[in-house]
This record gives sequence, structure tokens and C-alpha cells, in this order.
Amino acid sequence: MKTFLVLGAGTAGTMIARKMAAHLDAREWKVVLVDKDEKHYYQPGFLFLPFGMYRAQDVIQPKRKFIPEKVEFIISGIERIEPDASRVKLTNGRTITYDHMVVATGVDIHPEETEGMLDGGWRTNVFDFYTFEGATALGKFLEKWQGGRMVVNVVENPIKCPVAPLELLFLADWWFTKRGMRNKVELVYATPLSGAFTKPIAADALGAMLKRKNIHVEPDFNIGMVDAGSNVIRSWDEREIPYDLLVTVPTNMGAEVIGRSGMGDEMNFVAVDKHTLQSQKWENVWVMGDANNIPTSKAGAVIHFQQETVVKNLLAHIAGKPITHKFDGHASCYIESGFNKGVLIDFNYDQEPLPGKYPLPVVGPFTLLGETTINHWGKLAFKTLYWNMMLQGIEVPLPNDFSMAGKKPTSSKSPAPQF
Amino acid sequence: MTDLVNVALNAEGFMIDPNQWTKELAEILARQEGIDVLTPEHWQIIDFCRTTGLANGKAPTLRQITVGTGISIKDLFALYPKGPAKKVAKIAGLGKPEGCV
Ligand SMILES: Cc1cc2nc3c(=O)[nH]c(=O)nc-3n(C[C@H](O)[C@H](O)[C@H](O)COP(=O)(O)OP(=O)(O)OC[C@H]3O[C@@H](n4cnc5c(N)ncnc54)[C@H](O)[C@@H]3O)c2cc1C
Repeated sequence: MKTFLVLGAGTAGTMIARKMAAHLDAREWKVVLVDKDEKHYYQPGFLFLPFGMYRAQDVIQPKRKFIPEKVEFIISGIERIEPDASRVKLTNGRTITYDHMVVATGVDIHPEETEGMLDGGWRTNVFDFYTFEGATALGKFLEKWQGGRMVVNVVENPIKCPVAPLELLFLADWWFTKRGMRNKVELVYATPLSGAFTKPIAADALGAMLKRKNIHVEPDFNIGMVDAGSNVIRSWDEREIPYDLLVTVPTNMGAEVIGRSGMGDEMNFVAVDKHTLQSQKWENVWVMGDANNIPTSKAGAVIHFQQETVVKNLLAHIAGKPITHKFDGHASCYIESGFNKGVLIDFNYDQEPLPGKYPLPVVGPFTLLGETTINHWGKLAFKTLYWNMMLQGIEVPLPNDFSMAGKKPTSSKSPAPQF
Repeated sequence: MTDLVNVALNAEGFMIDPNQWTKELAEILARQEGIDVLTPEHWQIIDFCRTTGLANGKAPTLRQITVGTGISIKDLFALYPKGPAKKVAKIAGLGKPEGCV
């Protein structure tokens, strides 16, 4: 019997384990899936928790519900991965030897990486919203808050879902307006980037939205420390921003087990071929989702787009055939912008986000880089799509490959560097 | 090549072709960034970024520079005020450090 092992039963691991179990001959292959946690979190929903739009039951479901019987699901921590020996040691004492492995251990936040972040203020007036606990605690705080200066800070990049901090600000602007206290709240976005987003055309569009909503941007802000005693964040170049409420996106890093096992870079991301997602070092190891180092957004939608490539390549590789499918870095993000509106961006490795319509030219129905109500419904529909289609192996009717159809090329300000 | 006339830059002032880069260009680009003299410490960082940048196809992030050179973030900011990763990438003729996509 051969073993197909999947590490991590989050978005990517759950999807690929199901697909591979459906494709591989059960008389020859056993598919094993390991995760330390019984709960599956719908992380995009964390954004809505602080504003009472979602509750726990919207974002948490038992992992087992999404794992077919054909897959052996083991609940245990992963102690160590030994890719040279094709072997994994679990914290429950078991050792698994695999023929092929997909690593999908995701990304976690590391507030301890920033001096002072965990001192005093943590979850008192300093919150993250990248965990269920953080987003829930922030919601409790906001219920009672009388106003003041709310600072949203990204510590360093990359982070998963890079537009989430902007969405939190847009929603905060809407929520405080709705409660009649927007005039008592100052909103500040302190980012290490030089603008609202990495890619220039989207950065301009999103920057204009921030301005319109009276959200102040402090660009090039690389945080050095949180001074919880005086409620100030300080950058390495000695700039200070006082806050009454600090919402932080702490350093995002790949799983610690990646670091312990010597498989990752300085952020515990595993190097892969960006078109095939196969490890650059071990030919029977593939890395999906947030855990790898590909230069596109770390997002659930990206996992959906990359899945077909990985399945086809894995099956070809197992059959001893050449790997021919290539993932293009396709990413698509709905950006919730408050007041029941949303913005959509769609891009890939080579093409930055452009204005236009998606997925079909002219008719859309979604508008790229423009604020519309239907984009907002797209964002909310993503939850249903996620729980009922993506995780259950039902085809989502969106093209995997990035397409220029419907997009309006503006003269790009920054052509990709030619290496 | 000792001036920027024939060098292709993008709107943000990053060189488009890292192969056009020379040490003389680095001096010119540094002056534009407000660094008048490139000391050996400056060069240590530029050399590191050139090597890893060309190997990986992208300019290193602040964390990669501090881990890779052993120079503290504080000292990196002293050498390249405001945004060390971005400044060095510009001076080293690499694209903008992406970090976030
Ligand atoms: C606030 C927020 C908003 C977001 N919004 C969007 C959005 O609008 N659209 C979108 O597409 N994406 C969004 N995302 C991103 C999306 O949720 C992630 O990209 C996606 O869930 C990543 O899937 P993954 O399988 O790579 O990792 P995960 O789903 O995080 O799964 C990793 C799994 O590995 C397990 N694991 C790790 N280490 C170990 C170990 N040592 N032992 C055992 N198990 C281990 C974990 O328990 C976990 O279950 C958002 C994320 C956040 C935080």
C-alpha cells in the first residue's frame, strides 16, 4: 500500500486530500490527512466578526464534516518533517512514511516578533483580527468604545490576504458612521508600503478611496516597537503614532514545524517552483496554499485556482509522466469597502490589477477596481461558496486561468523587472 | 556607463534591467536617495542584495537583509534612512522589494 500524505487540514489540505482520494486507486493508495485542530476556521469571515456581522457559527465548523471517509484523518500535532527520508513524526508518537506529500500547514501570526506588542495592551487596547480569538476580542472592545484614534498597522510583509487591513478600515468607517460616532473616531493606516497596495494602479484606486473616506495613511512605516505604557507605536526611523486602539497585523510566518524541520526560508515559507508548486528540493513534496513562497497573494481564492494544476501534475508525476501544467499566479480578491459595497481585483504573476469587468467582458457581473453593491454580494457569497462548494469538492464556476478579457489596460506605471 | 541617461527606470525610479547596473551607477542612484558617500558598510549590504536578488529574481525584504547580513534593523535604518529595503533595491539596480503581493 502506498501513502499519499497531506499535512494541514485547512483550506488547501482539505481540498487536495479529497481530490487525490477521488483520483487515486484505493486498492493501491491510502490518503492520510493530519491536523492538530478539530475545528475548521473560515478565516475570511474574521473580518466581519468585530462588527457583529458574523458570529462564531459562521466561521467555525468541524473539520471532519469536509473530509470524505476514504481519507484517514489524524488529529495530532506534527513534530518534525524529514523529507530526505520521506518520513513525518507526529506529536502523538506515530511516524508516517509517505510516497508523496502535500504540505499545507498555512501561516500564523507572531506578535512576539515586535518588541512590546504583548506587553500590557495585548487584547486590552491592542488587537489582532487574524485569529478567531483576536477578532472576537476586538468586537467586544468596539461595542463599548467611545471613540478616539484607531490605528491599523501592518508590521511587515508578506501577510495573508494583503487587502484585509484595508477592508477592516473601510468597514470601521462604515460602522462608526452607522453608530453616529464617526466624528469621534480618527482612522489611521500605518503601512510599511509606500501606498495602499503593492501594485501601482490598484494602489492609486485604493489610495483615493482611503482619502475619500477620510482615513489617514502613514506610508513607509516600519514598526520597531509598541510602547504599551504610553500607547504609542514607534518606527525604526523614530516616527511615533499615538493610538487609543491599535489593530495590528503582526508578522505572518509559515508554520513552526517548517522551521524546525529546516524546510523553509527566514519566514518559514517553503521554496517551490512557482508554476508547478513542486518543492525545489524534494521531488515527492508539493506545497500548496499559504505555506509556499510563490509571489502571489496568500488567499483562499488562489488555492482554488492552483488546485487543478497541482492535481494534474501530481497524477502525471505519480504515473512517471512529465509535468506539464502551469499555474499562472491567478489571484482574485473581493475588497469589502463598507456601506454594502465592494471592490474586486484580479491579477496574476505578470499582470497587475486593472479596471474592467469580471469574469465576462462588459456584463461582468463584477466590476474590477470600482465600488459596487454586487461586488459586496460577491464577497458575502464567498462564505457559502467556501463551506458548500470549495471544501466539498464541488466545481466553482470561475475560470482557473487568469484572462485579460474584460480588463482595460491603462499604461502600466511599473513594468515587471526583467531578470 | 556613468550617467542615468541610457538607463531604463520605471515611474518609481527602479531600474528595469538589473544587468545595466554598474558600481558607478550605484553611486549616482545613492546620491539621488540622499546618501552622498557609500561606505564599506553600505557596500556590504548592496553586495548581499545584488547576489540574493539576482539569484531569486527579486529584491530581498528587510527581514531577509537583516538575517542574511547579520546587520541589525536599527543599523540598516541608520545606513539607509527611511526605507532600507527599498533604498538598497533601488541603488542595487533591482526591482522594488515585493514582500507583499
Ligand atoms: C482576516 C483574514 C481575511 C481573509 N480574507 C480572505 C478573502 O477575502 N479571500 C480569500 O481568498 N482569502 C482570504 N484570507 C486568506 C485565506 O483564509 C487563507 O489564504 C487560506 O485559508 C489558507 O489556507 P491554507 O490551507 O494554506 O492554510 P490554513 O487554512 O491556515 O490551514 C493550515 C492548517 O495547518 C495546520 N497546522 C499547522 N501547523 C501544524 C502542526 N505543526 N501540526 C498539525 N497541524 C498543523 C493548522 O492547524 C491549520 O488547520 C483571509 C485570511 C485572514 C486571516
